[in-house]
Amino acid sequence: MSVRQALLALLEQGPMYGYQLRSEFEQRTGATWPLNVGQVYTTLSRLERDGLVEKAGGADGSTGDDAHVMYKVTDPGRAEVSEWFTMPVPRTQPPRDELAIKLALAVTVSGVDVGAVIQQQRSATISALQDYTRLKRSGRAATPEAVEDLAWSLVLDSLVFGAEAEVRWLDHCEARLRRAGELRSATRRVPAAAADDEEARR
Amino acid sequence: MSAVLQLSDVTRIHGAGATEVHALRSVTFAAYAGELVAVMGPSGSGKSTLLTLAGGLDQPTDGSVAVEGTDLGALGSKGRARLRRTSIGYVFQDFNLIPALTAAENVALPRELDGERSRNAGRLARAALEEVGIGDLADRFPDEMSGGQQQRVAIARAVVGERRLILADEPTGALDTETGEEILRLIRARCDAGAAGVLVTHEARHAAWADRVVFLRDGVVVDETGSTPVDALLEPGLAR
Repeated sequence: MSVRQALLALLEQGPMYGYQLRSEFEQRTGATWPLNVGQVYTTLSRLERDGLVEKAGGADGSTGDDAHVMYKVTDPGRAEVSEWFTMPVPRTQPPRDELAIKLALAVTVSGVDVGAVIQQQRSATISALQDYTRLKRSGRAATPEAVEDLAWSLVLDSLVFGAEAEVRWLDHCEARLRRAGELRSATRRVPAAAADDEEARR
Repeated sequence: MSAVLQLSDVTRIHGAGATEVHALRSVTFAAYAGELVAVMGPSGSGKSTLLTLAGGLDQPTDGSVAVEGTDLGALGSKGRARLRRTSIGYVFQDFNLIPALTAAENVALPRELDGERSRNAGRLARAALEEVGIGDLADRFPDEMSGGQQQRVAIARAVVGERRLILADEPTGALDTETGEEILRLIRARCDAGAAGVLVTHEARHAAWADRVVFLRDGVVVDETGSTPVDALLEPGLAR
């Protein structure tokens, strides 16, 4: 995750200290990608080393105590944020997908009930979808007042669409495996011809 | 708590002999007041059959269907039609509004058919349209409204007169994602207010609005997902 760019982008709004950055980040993303405050400070000191942020003085010229060191973005930092927003997120190297790998192996390893693997995963993914949807219809995502609430509801939508895509892919795998005759014990089988008849009737 | 909708050991066979199709096989299914249940499954899994049986539009080959404790099989076709008008609201994918009637007249129709005085039925219809957020469109005809607005009219028609069972068959199928979501929000709100809802869909994103998701495969319930929240997904600071 690009904690670096995210923090820089937040600092575009004005100088902030570590705890503030973390809470601003979570305003927009919920607990989806939890960020600990140590990680925030480590990232800030790297950004400072690279000249992308600098300590910002308070009104009295002091930089505050350790826990309240304010940071502000520098011109090179602004340039990096703007480049981040301009460049698409690369998709050349798909992240490792445990489910796709598991299914690819389940299909080839003998003695695995692939139908059960698919059904269990589908149930689990739909449960997660129900949770995301519950968050969407309650709390600040349901009636966004600030633009940060809208951002958070869009992150929830991303989780919803991602989980939905997974369920659709599982449905698709199940249908293809059935056609290929690779699913034996998923459910009571119906003669294929009868199922087709019913399909045609609709 | 008694179920608003109760299917007990329901089997539905279409045709006979060599072309016999078991659309449902000994399915037991219930929907309680205040909950929305989604029924998912591929085409031909029996999910639409389940809904038409629940709505009294079709009869089971075996087993029984009860709505608010009344066995639909024990009623004649007249009695079933009456129960459909008073207790059951149906929402279809293609809205099924009558083009020659205004929004308010479409919503009032089931009440009038049920013998309600037309003035009173009109008043109830306007209140129902208000409730789904389109009170100002009461005098429009269906072809003067967007798809989302037409579906709102259909929902008003399904809930008018305090009906406690809402049956929805792919209600968001013809709508874009955001409009579809508003429709689900309305159905959900109706269930939160005490109705029992059954939502048939093949889209997981829509099923996720339900409290329970039931999976049908070849006419059999193969799985059921409850609604135990996963703690890790909680929004920080959100009181639960």
